Amino acid sequence: MTIEVRIPTILRTYTDGKKAVDGEGATLAALIDNLEGNHPGLRERLLEGEDLRRFVNVYINDEDVRFIGGLEAELSDGDQVVVLPAVAGG
Amino acid sequence: MLTIDRSTYDAIIAHAKRDHPDEACGVVAGPEGSDRPERFVPMVNAAGSPTFYEFDSTELLHLYKDMDARDEEPVVVYHSHTATEAYPSRTDIGLASEPNAHYVLVSTREHGNNDGPVEFRSYRIVDGKVTEEEVAVVDTTDTESEAS
Repeated sequence: MTIEVRIPTILRTYTDGKKAVDGEGATLAALIDNLEGNHPGLRERLLEGEDLRRFVNVYINDEDVRFIGGLEAELSDGDQVVVLPAVAGG
Repeated sequence: MLTIDRSTYDAIIAHAKRDHPDEACGVVAGPEGSDRPERFVPMVNAAGSPTFYEFDSTELLHLYKDMDARDEEPVVVYHSHTATEAYPSRTDIGLASEPNAHYVLVSTREHGNNDGPVEFRSYRIVDGKVTEEEVAVVDTTDTESEAS
């Protein structure tokens, strides 16, 4: 089971500059744990404690995961995950 | 230094004036690695607030997929301040996540929705460090003004 994960510019320091990496996991939480194994430090940039960071957006097949279960959102072989930092400020 | 054409410069200011007293936001995309802001993309401020801005998450995804398909990147990320100077706030600095972008700040505090000069400044924000840069506004060529 392979999930393609698109990595934003600012996090490519964790992926040797790669725009996309492959991972595995039946849920988003499992996928992030799996990614951390190959790209140490990435987990910390996505999660704050046990939750997704407020200003990091994660999409599974174009759906914002906040609307489909958050870290418990389910994944299937061939799904595409996109990570995008929020564009926000004060 | 940020080099930007007159019509894009004017469009950013017009957007900021129109949305005042809420903050306006958007990007100007350009070919990857070119440092040329060419395609003006105003965004909705999903926060609808005079003190905060955030791109809607669905529109954000759409924007990035679109730029990806065109081999573009966000050359300029702009937003307005409506009651304070055109300098990045602590929140702006903390959330800045495009190390290659020119962060443009516009302040509408003096004239609001009305005509009148607007402060327009540009910065690099990398790893929490803010560096202001010069802004060069260049005259638009005829073909560009027809396209806009």
